[in-house]
Amino acid sequence: MELTPNNPHTEENYSISKLHLVHSTITTLKSKLKNRSVAANLSQKVRLLCWIMTGPKNLESRTKHIRATWANRCNKILYMSSVETEFPTVGLNVTEGRDQLYWKTIRAFQYIYQHHRNDYDWVLKADDDTFVVIENLRYTLSKQDPEKPVYFGRRFRPFVHQGYMSGGAGYVLSKEAVRRFIEGFDMAKCTHFSIIEDMALGKCMETMGVEPGDSRDVKGRQTFHPYPPDKYLIKKPPRKRPWFLLYDYYKPREGPECCSDHTVSFHYIYNVQMYMLEYLTYNLRPYGYQYRYNPDSAGTESESNTPTPVSA
Amino acid sequence: MLSEGSSFMKGMALGGIFCLLLSLLGSFTPGMQSSPEDQHHHHHIKAPTNDELQSLSEPQMVELSQKVRVYCVIMVQPKVLVYWATAKDTWGKHCDQAVFYSSESAKALEAVDLNEQDEWAKLHKALKHAYDNSGDLRWFFVARPTTFAIIENLKYLVLAKDPNEPFYIGHTVKSGELEYVEYESGIVLSYEALRRLVNVFKDGEKCPERGRSLWKLSEEKQLAICLKYTGVFAENGEDTQGKGLFNSKSVGSLIEDGMSKNSLDVVEGCCSDLAITFSGMSPNQMQVMMFGVYRLRPYGHNFHDSLIFLPPDGSDND
Repeated sequence: MELTPNNPHTEENYSISKLHLVHSTITTLKSKLKNRSVAANLSQKVRLLCWIMTGPKNLESRTKHIRATWANRCNKILYMSSVETEFPTVGLNVTEGRDQLYWKTIRAFQYIYQHHRNDYDWVLKADDDTFVVIENLRYTLSKQDPEKPVYFGRRFRPFVHQGYMSGGAGYVLSKEAVRRFIEGFDMAKCTHFSIIEDMALGKCMETMGVEPGDSRDVKGRQTFHPYPPDKYLIKKPPRKRPWFLLYDYYKPREGPECCSDHTVSFHYIYNVQMYMLEYLTYNLRPYGYQYRYNPDSAGTESESNTPTPVSA
Repeated sequence: MLSEGSSFMKGMALGGIFCLLLSLLGSFTPGMQSSPEDQHHHHHIKAPTNDELQSLSEPQMVELSQKVRVYCVIMVQPKVLVYWATAKDTWGKHCDQAVFYSSESAKALEAVDLNEQDEWAKLHKALKHAYDNSGDLRWFFVARPTTFAIIENLKYLVLAKDPNEPFYIGHTVKSGELEYVEYESGIVLSYEALRRLVNVFKDGEKCPERGRSLWKLSEEKQLAICLKYTGVFAENGEDTQGKGLFNSKSVGSLIEDGMSKNSLDVVEGCCSDLAITFSGMSPNQMQVMMFGVYRLRPYGHNFHDSLIFLPPDGSDND
């Protein structure tokens, strides 16, 4: 509502239609308290087990901050390491090291399938430098069927024909997808053929007939992000794809359209930034502000260049 | 020769001391008889509680949402063009009117050229210009473009205050007897406060455009002194829990402070949910703030606020 010096009659410009919007919105505001029942309902409906890929070296410097922020929003949280500790961490039969990540992943899913098979509808894997907004993940998954073989994340194009999901941005497997991953290794259809965890898992998914889902929101904006927000959000003049967007399966966007309001994850997030994102997401807000993006409302303003939204 | 020299020296010494005394006295605020309000040494202003707002009827709430309108006085410097551009493209859009005031004209900069280098004189002129051009806007927010502001939260803070009463709000700092609002975290003035200020500007004695004391006062202190002449005192802006709403540091910096203090809940201890300003952020960080403040949020957390603020027209980052 910008006033211009040449336009003294701005009050009249606050048109009748806007006044009606204001009034009708106010009439639906009855409760004084912040209403979290929607989020609470989703928590019961979408049972999410989260596991963090971590190790002894990172517990103090990284994993601690995950535990202090988003981890307990999952229905169940497991910290996967090579050593069992009181953190608490699960001690898997692996050693530490970048080249052990896929072994850790395999053992982690096997552990989860063995001990928690009936405790989840979906399983999320995240790194110890990933920030996740669990409510937004549940929202995305609430429209999906966990009995179907499907998994979601930031879809990458190379190496695997149907694509694979970025490890750093976090990926989430349906109950059925987890079962098929386990079966794949049991039947030696999937093997440890590479140390590149996300690509290798993606290959196993393809082998076992698990579909890679489209996690973009109804406006075609990405929800999983393999880098921090400033990598994507800064407005840039139109240019050809920068290196960090080269792998993207769907055509990426730079600037404000990069990222969904209901973003699920950012990666390469360390201590201060973890709390900062937590504060910006869950605490700081503009009082009374009517957000533009409302994925549930029937008449979501469509933009002419919005790609056709695919399921999820 | 010697006797002449020594009396000359005595004369010089006496004159020097006298001069010193005069200028010292000049920079003192004249003995303002402390009124009962002054006995309370620290002035606070708190955001309205939900209870206070619930007592308002719906038509009153609607009326209030539209009534609180803010004129932003943004003091820019041509040599830091990128901050001007960023303020214009980010938080400035949420002001009802955002006017940029510059020390000198620059082709790329759309701003009111104050043609002035002295900081206090700049502020002086900008405030006068704002007052003369305020139209029917009744609240004024003064900041540099290195500050990031959430105007909706500012409106919420002053919601139940009458702008025809004098208000001078921000993060208050005490310097001796003087309590002033820190410039870095933004200054809020009601219409009445500004009116009184513009009036006292006419008095070259009390509130000169160019400070005349031997020790130059910062413009934020000078502003406080001038306002004090008119009976307007600085008030600290706080939320209902007493947390400051005006911050001269960035979110990251405040989080770091919390972490080094080993607070149990770093986020809870950091900053208010309804914070109004942060400072010391880069232009890129401000673009990220726009996303973080106006867009990124968890699905299903709904607030039943008592006010409605619509997103600005023609904006793509909020």
